[in-house]
Amino acid sequence: MQILYFAWVREKVGAAGEDMVLPEGVTDVGALMRHLGSLSPRHAEAFANPTAIRAAVNQDFATPGTPVSDRDEVAFFPPVTGG
Amino acid sequence: MGRIAVQEAPFDAAAESAALSAGRTDIGAIASFVGLCRADDGLSAMVLEHYPAMTERALARLVAEAEARWPLTGCTVIHRVGRLEPGAPIVLVLTASSHRAAALESCAFLIDWLKTKAPFWKREEFAAGGARWVEAKAGDDAAAERW
Repeated sequence: MQILYFAWVREKVGAAGEDMVLPEGVTDVGALMRHLGSLSPRHAEAFANPTAIRAAVNQDFATPGTPVSDRDEVAFFPPVTGG
Repeated sequence: MGRIAVQEAPFDAAAESAALSAGRTDIGAIASFVGLCRADDGLSAMVLEHYPAMTERALARLVAEAEARWPLTGCTVIHRVGRLEPGAPIVLVLTASSHRAAALESCAFLIDWLKTKAPFWKREEFAAGGARWVEAKAGDDAAAERW
């Protein structure tokens, strides 16, 4: 699956995204965030406060309960501030 | 329907407005909103990041929602990305309708929803050095909720 990071999530992780295989047992956005937070110290810092992070699955806004599969593009970012 | 653009280049609000009404005689009102970059706290530039694969789709969804709620005859949303200096226009929303209420209300609706439902992020750079990501405001959520 394709993971994308934007704004300060991108800066904290230190990458714009990464390809990964969805681990067994990770079935929704919330669980995926917990998994990503375990990958490295930088990931841990980026995902330290999950409530500060928003997500999109296949370019649609998602919630922690949104299901994810290994074919999805999942993006993580702060609350949006355009306009 | 509707013209949607995400671009680094400036936009010409007058030309965009003229394009909405060109050759038509059924439009009684065009409402417009232009958001500009302010120089708060010694800000020297604002850098706008977005999620390219998602942005235009999110904006199209907002325009479709506006068209479902009001009898619009035209609509334009242009949002700039990249590095913008104080005074620079950031976003343009134009709505056209037979009557003013639909044009004014849908224009306010679009900018309120755009602020909370489109994947843009602002990073502020300061003349004295340093930078920070703009935080989402509770007031923006409240403004979006009223619709």
